[in-house]
Amino acid sequence: MSVATSNTAIYVSGLNVRFAGFAAITNLSMELRYGEIRAIIGPNGAGKTTLMDVITGKTRPASGDVFLDRHTNLAVLDETSIARLGIGRKFQKPSVFEALPVRENLELAIRNGRGYADMMRSRLKSEQNRRIDEVLEMIGLAAIGRRSASTLSHGQKQWLEIGMLLVANPRVILLDEPVAGMTDHETARTVELIASLKSPERAVVVIEHDMDFVGQIADLVSVLHDGQLLGEGSMEKVRNDPRVIQVYLGR
Amino acid sequence: MTTLFDTARRRNWALSAFLSKWMEIGIVPVLILIALYLPFAYFAIPEASVLHMSLFGINLIGQIMCFALLALALDLVWGYAGMLSLGHGIFFGIGGYLMAIYLLNGAYAETRVLPDFIQYMGTGGFPAVWKIFSRLDVTVAITIVFTALVAGAFGFVTFRSRINGVYLSIITQALTYALMLLLFINDVGLGGNNGMTGFTSIAGHRIADVSTQIGLAVGSCLLLVIAYVGARYLVRSSLGRALVAVRDDEARMRFLGYRTYTLKLIAWCLSAVIAALAGMLYVPQVGIVNPTIVSPQLSVEIAVWVAIGGRGTLIGAIAGAILVNGLKFWLTSQLPEVWPFVLAGVTLVIVVAFGNGVWGSLKAAGEEANR
Repeated sequence: MSVATSNTAIYVSGLNVRFAGFAAITNLSMELRYGEIRAIIGPNGAGKTTLMDVITGKTRPASGDVFLDRHTNLAVLDETSIARLGIGRKFQKPSVFEALPVRENLELAIRNGRGYADMMRSRLKSEQNRRIDEVLEMIGLAAIGRRSASTLSHGQKQWLEIGMLLVANPRVILLDEPVAGMTDHETARTVELIASLKSPERAVVVIEHDMDFVGQIADLVSVLHDGQLLGEGSMEKVRNDPRVIQVYLGR
Repeated sequence: MTTLFDTARRRNWALSAFLSKWMEIGIVPVLILIALYLPFAYFAIPEASVLHMSLFGINLIGQIMCFALLALALDLVWGYAGMLSLGHGIFFGIGGYLMAIYLLNGAYAETRVLPDFIQYMGTGGFPAVWKIFSRLDVTVAITIVFTALVAGAFGFVTFRSRINGVYLSIITQALTYALMLLLFINDVGLGGNNGMTGFTSIAGHRIADVSTQIGLAVGSCLLLVIAYVGARYLVRSSLGRALVAVRDDEARMRFLGYRTYTLKLIAWCLSAVIAALAGMLYVPQVGIVNPTIVSPQLSVEIAVWVAIGGRGTLIGAIAGAILVNGLKFWLTSQLPEVWPFVLAGVTLVIVVAFGNGVWGSLKAAGEEANR
């Protein structure tokens, strides 16, 4: 059982999630820390995405606590409030707004749902504009900021979505399968991008199936199985854990 | 062959790009010109000329402009925020009925004769509460506030409960039907089946006067211009972009920190107020208000106008309303029995052939050309 320390970003304790009798997560306790990139792996149905749903307010737990910075109870807040606390999430399938140009996707994200008067006048602060330019550069879409997001390739959409998290400068970034469906070249670019997200004030969590990718980016790996924490440690340690091997290879 | 085809296609694209780009702005002077032309066509052009317009024609244009306002209002919530209301007649009706109360106030003050339905109710005199509506400006102000409150209360409950899509459509449709049944009841005191009529004057002008009717038609054109310019400003702003984002993926917007129900409420209330103002202009032009104004049929028809014109384009909604209603007035006087088939046929053909309505497809082709 983990004990919350000063650099704890998200603290999960005794978490239970049920869907109509099916136990998606059972008595899960874990802690996600600032300054680290954490990978969560596990077979399908292990509860990885459900965990993200609980942290971001999409799903209510049956019991247990989810705390941000050890004092904000996320289990009682809705998605909007949680997002405004600085928890950003990227979904499994790219969900950018295809009806809007690339840059306007980032504008929506940086506004964070605040300031209707500014939105009415289409006004952005100059530092917001600068931040958008910066992020466009980071995600490699600076040259095509005016293009409709619908014209982007699959990989570019994934990057744009990561960029939408970045502009808001979140404390916690949750990425659900960021390299699914990417070419090797795109995956390599994404590894760089995610590595650049690492900061002492930020916790990055990645759900991924691709073990090579996980090995390249993760500081620490947590293995989920049947809604429970099976093991935690470095990629090396996890890879050699007999229980993990059994879950992955025993099927 | 290919080159020939490509050239033809490119020329079509260029044309649609030109049309969709310039009509978005061009519709404003066109509507203002129509507004200016109406009094001129009646008073200055001799009756023998083809350019002369009869009072009937002017009245028709005024009514159609009110329908175009309704379509614009629906496009704002349907085309841009993804909420298909099949009950916008409710707001049209609120505006219409409150206007009728104001008009009856005036008629009673002049003639001292109680409207028939009040006499039949046997309540004694003219309802005291109605006297609040003895001035036009006060009536307009109350209507705007009241409509926004009704729309706000409905929206707050439904949008917060995350009622979306077809469920929202069904609820709004049921509500407009319920309101119609309510208004049919004589004891409700709004004229029941027969509605309210017998208006004499509006803001000091005789309602039967030619100049009053022309003024109302011109006013309808101008309100359409104002509503269009305002709506266009809104949908092109960042707020409008946020609405489109809510339409396409509301859940995603919540995870970006947006209170999506607030965004929807803004669009919903604004749309309701536009519909109510349309109702206020419509009633003095037709001279009567009765429960059919909130019949489910009208509310569905608004959606048909918008679908034919192309939703999410504003101008498409206006064009759709003008086209369909123009056709309707013409056909129902010539061949009344074929009208339903024509409407159904036109709707089917356009939805199948153009996908997103006439204007929507034109605009899409134009954007293709500019790419």
